[in-house]
Amino acid sequence: MISGLTRRRLLSRIMTGVTVLCAILALAPLFAIFGDLVVRGASSLNWDFFVKNPAAAGDTGGGVANAIVGTLIIVGVGSALGLPVGIGAGVYLAEYGGGRFGVTVRFLADVLTGTPSVIVGVFVWMLVVRPMGHFSALAGGIALAILMVPMVTRTTEEMVRLVPHSLREAALALGFPRWRTTAQVMVRAAWPGIVTGALVAVARIAGETAPLLFTALGNLNFRTNVLQPMQTLSLQIYVFATGPFEEWHRLAWGAALVLMAIVLVFGLSARFVTRTRFRDG
Amino acid sequence: MQSASRTLLLTLLAAVGCGGSEVVLLNGAGATFPNIIYQKWITDYNTAHPEVQLNYQSIGSGGGVQQFTDGTVDFGATDGPMTDEEIAAVNGNVLHIPTVMGGVVPTYNLQGVTEPVRFSQEVIGDIYLGKITRWNDVRLRAINPGITLPDQGIVVVHRSDGSGTTYIWVDYLTTVSPEWASKVGRGRAVNWPVGLGGRGNEGVAATVTQTPGAIGYVELGYAIINKMPVGAIRNRFGNFVTPDFSTVSAASAGAMAAMGPDTDFRVSLIDAEGERTYPVSSFTWLLVKKDYGDQTAKARELVRFIWSAINDGQAAAPDLGYAPLPAELKPWIEARLRTVTASGAPVWPAED
Amino acid sequence: MDRRSSDRTSPQSSRIGWGDAVFKVALTAFAAVIPLLFLALVGRLAVSAWPTIRAFGLRFLTTSTWDPVANVYGAAPMIFGTLLSSLLALVLAVPLALGVAIYLTEFAPGWLRRPVATLVELLAAIPSVVYGLWGIFVLIPLLRAYVIPPLQAVLGWTPLFSGTFFGNSMLAAGMILAIMILPYISAVSREVLAAVPPSQREAALALGATRWEAVWSAVLPYGRAGVLGAIVLGLGRALGETMAVVMVIGNRHDLSVSLVEPGITMAAVIANEFNEAAGLQRAALFEVGLVLFGVTLAVNALARLLVWRVARGSAVGSRAI
Repeated sequence: MISGLTRRRLLSRIMTGVTVLCAILALAPLFAIFGDLVVRGASSLNWDFFVKNPAAAGDTGGGVANAIVGTLIIVGVGSALGLPVGIGAGVYLAEYGGGRFGVTVRFLADVLTGTPSVIVGVFVWMLVVRPMGHFSALAGGIALAILMVPMVTRTTEEMVRLVPHSLREAALALGFPRWRTTAQVMVRAAWPGIVTGALVAVARIAGETAPLLFTALGNLNFRTNVLQPMQTLSLQIYVFATGPFEEWHRLAWGAALVLMAIVLVFGLSARFVTRTRFRDG
Repeated sequence: MQSASRTLLLTLLAAVGCGGSEVVLLNGAGATFPNIIYQKWITDYNTAHPEVQLNYQSIGSGGGVQQFTDGTVDFGATDGPMTDEEIAAVNGNVLHIPTVMGGVVPTYNLQGVTEPVRFSQEVIGDIYLGKITRWNDVRLRAINPGITLPDQGIVVVHRSDGSGTTYIWVDYLTTVSPEWASKVGRGRAVNWPVGLGGRGNEGVAATVTQTPGAIGYVELGYAIINKMPVGAIRNRFGNFVTPDFSTVSAASAGAMAAMGPDTDFRVSLIDAEGERTYPVSSFTWLLVKKDYGDQTAKARELVRFIWSAINDGQAAAPDLGYAPLPAELKPWIEARLRTVTASGAPVWPAED
Repeated sequence: MDRRSSDRTSPQSSRIGWGDAVFKVALTAFAAVIPLLFLALVGRLAVSAWPTIRAFGLRFLTTSTWDPVANVYGAAPMIFGTLLSSLLALVLAVPLALGVAIYLTEFAPGWLRRPVATLVELLAAIPSVVYGLWGIFVLIPLLRAYVIPPLQAVLGWTPLFSGTFFGNSMLAAGMILAIMILPYISAVSREVLAAVPPSQREAALALGATRWEAVWSAVLPYGRAGVLGAIVLGLGRALGETMAVVMVIGNRHDLSVSLVEPGITMAAVIANEFNEAAGLQRAALFEVGLVLFGVTLAVNALARLLVWRVARGSAVGSRAI
């Protein structure tokens, strides 16, 4: 029996080691990818990279200025459309979401977070690009907004639910009407968490490519008009990576590094917001 | 660095100025075949004419025709001309304007092979039918006596998107291989018997360079820019011809006779006559509307751009792997461009 | 006093009682966007897919010809490719993800948990197109040089590994997908395992179990449904991935079991061909989209139901990072 115990203890040690190995294996690609982004992408980053548009095919030089601005504009449009709807729906679910309608909305929101983004792209093409008669950054923004809404809805609901009931009771006891209790007390208290959820969603859509293939299309030029096709970093990376020119590959790594940095800025600000909240008590 | 900041400033001004009548924005999409030279023309033209900003997305000829038909772009580009049904779908409101000539060439990835590999009509057909699967197949060796072909599997690469380059290539295969004609046929996208798909000329070139033993078809310019080996194909005369600017140009001689001043320019140069003609040559066309409704400024600027491309732009062709248009074609193209109307009148600019 | 009807208890609020109504209507409108979106998506896809649904019926799902010249379309290779690549991704990701989740909840020292968890979740932040870029220029050459030769030397006779490796392949796609879905499975499993009452573990330990045995026999079975939900969630993500797959899978319309050969998925074919498709081909792509949407909906709904039972309705599956 003693040997049995030793065997069992040994198994426990081994399995612990196996899980450690799993963690190492899981993190290996992360370090590999980030390492490659820095090593291969950093060499492309120069002043030209940030202020010039792509050069003609096969030429050297050029940059991704139009793509960087395009990413920011399209993400801005998408957020402007998606965040209000998502936050509004999330507050609804937290405050009034007990009934059958609320249950349905909650279920659909969860299920829709997994919608393949290429399907949303095709959908927006049919609904916006076709009637409009041309591709546009606006259509791209609408597609990204559709992707954001389910995510933001659920995180907002979760955050508002976390606000202690005592706050609500106190406000109502002071004579606040229901709507002011919700808007000015509950939402305000949950606001850092809501912002976190919003930033996380923004970080996610900043990297999207598939829906933009059929909506924003892409643009060689520096364009700020949302009613025209627009280039984004994600589209630029796709075109450059699948092309044959070494110059394009070099630029693709640089663009990927910049895109990753943008995504991380949004993601890290999300965490920063939460941390500040906890520090304030 | 100074010019970069100036370009940025100019384009910023142009962008800010858009929406008003100052800057005309033109969006086009389509063929990847001429993308190398179109990008050159467009970049140069945008810089020289800040009041116009052209944008061209190379999404494939299929995309060009589709977007043009849908009306989601101002002009399309294709190397597989629109069929009569497709023209009917836009109520005939389309002109095919040839801009440059090019050749679709076989390129491959074979270590240690420095001489151009020769392909006969039957061999290239059977490779793409999947009937010849190794580089040292007896039939390949028979026509390549001076080359040691390795015992390596042939990886066929084709287009995954709808493509005019495909159209030219399978037009050729249909012309020379009866089995291909009956099994597969011609079109911008076909049911490929074998092979890997690459997106655009760019994707096929990329896949071939990254895959040992691969063979693919790309526009000559892509092979040149990427310093990829180019094979020779046997033409109707029996000569193995390597594609270059002169052998591609030679293909148009016979076609000129077939066209007249009233031509709609939808002429095939496949398997053309001539001793030194490269058999897989083709025009590439811009799809332009006959009538642009009330978009007068756009129509005028587009016509002006095309005129500049057909004249000044032709000089850039040989270095980039294309062949300039035959000089005899230009008067006919000019006559056709003069018929483009908007707001009830031709948009041809008063000064050239 | 009835708090819910505060508009009756205070003289001020009865003046602005309509504020509640307006507010609720506004919020309800926002919330209604979601079911409307759902119906619009399904409806639009179905309407646009109708020509091919009518032309081919169920054959669309079972035949393999995708011929734009003859206008005959069958989506079997895409459906098969989607399922095979996702299955491969699960086979590779699930053991690793579960291992990470167990490590983080049971064995990791306290100070290490947060950093490691954050790093694993960072995998979810990398955009799909960046995964594709890395796949083309790093993973595939690595596979070609170090993995495929020994793999084919040993297992090349099996249908799963036979054939020539071109680089772009089902294997590359499956591996990238595995890396992409690992953080989701891991994060949700971690939440599920953390929600298991400590009493379970402690009871097992009190009865003399080793740490591993406590996990295996007390904690895991309790969270079984939730962990299954995490796996199903990961499957849902894998089914819908587009960019990384289209960049490494080779885009060949063929039904092949071999992992070293190229393939095609539903999402990839839409990305490739949509911009140029017309008429019946476009309808065929919409039908592919409809099938993909239906499959991911069903899988995500299943995941939701499984996870809800354990995690009690919290928005666990919707976390992005």
